[in-house]
Amino acid sequence: MTWTDVADAAAAVCLIGGSLLSLAAAVGIVRFPDLFSRMHAATKPQVLGLLLVLVGVELRLRSGEALGVIVLVALFQFMTAPVSAHMVGRAAYRTSPVRRDLLVRDELADRDDED
Amino acid sequence: MAGNRLQRVRLTYQWPVITGLAAVWVMLWGDLSWFNVICGVLVAITVLTVFPLPPLQFSGRVRPVGLLVLLGVFLVDLVKASVQVAGKALNPWYQPSNAIIAVPLRSLADAYFLITAELVSLVPGSLLLETNYRRRTLYLHVLGVRDDAEVERARQNVWAQERRVMRALASDAEMRDYEAAVEESQ
Repeated sequence: MTWTDVADAAAAVCLIGGSLLSLAAAVGIVRFPDLFSRMHAATKPQVLGLLLVLVGVELRLRSGEALGVIVLVALFQFMTAPVSAHMVGRAAYRTSPVRRDLLVRDELADRDDED
Repeated sequence: MAGNRLQRVRLTYQWPVITGLAAVWVMLWGDLSWFNVICGVLVAITVLTVFPLPPLQFSGRVRPVGLLVLLGVFLVDLVKASVQVAGKALNPWYQPSNAIIAVPLRSLADAYFLITAELVSLVPGSLLLETNYRRRTLYLHVLGVRDDAEVERARQNVWAQERRVMRALASDAEMRDYEAAVEESQ
């Protein structure tokens, strides 16, 4: 048992864990009843899923050259995922009917639109 | 001439942004050589000149312990919440019950508002729908909320996140203003 074996085993765990999270995200998109719930499934477990896959890939490759690109992929994912989710969510709330039966409270509807 | 000087002042003021963009350039090429570094700096200056942004004011100071707590709690939250959302997606009997909540933040500077919104948005279970910049309020869609107590807990979570951001990055004066704003809102 060498360090490379340990790294390979850890890489396998990360890759499988990341894939499972991404699978759960896909299942959530199919199964959840409205757009907002689907976006929770689509944008969130998949962030950690991608992160785990990236860690797994680097543990398997063990090269400094790939590390730069992997760090960039993770960085851009963390920077862009909230922005895109915010844009889609905002547009959806304003333009399409919201399923009120799924909400216990809607404090955005109560606000006054003065500003 | 005045415009030219303003631009030069801006470029010297924005050296962290230039360094960051140059680092991205070098990482994309995957090779740390003088040629790449110089090209990266040139590209960064071009990007900043062609797409000028208002400089982000940052007057706080970085506190290492607070920063470690912020990052550690964030990672734990990310894993915990990802597993929870994944579990909800895979559980065939789970029926979503959600809420849209308004959370007025207490920090005054743009940077903390931005970082808090970004972190809250990255953690699964809360989705940023709308921000009211003038009122410093975030409107979040929260997954898996059934009653008023859980709504309040979700709000407390956002405030706790904001507090961790302040403890990691705010200066003493900003921290005092923040505590005063918290007092006032209660």
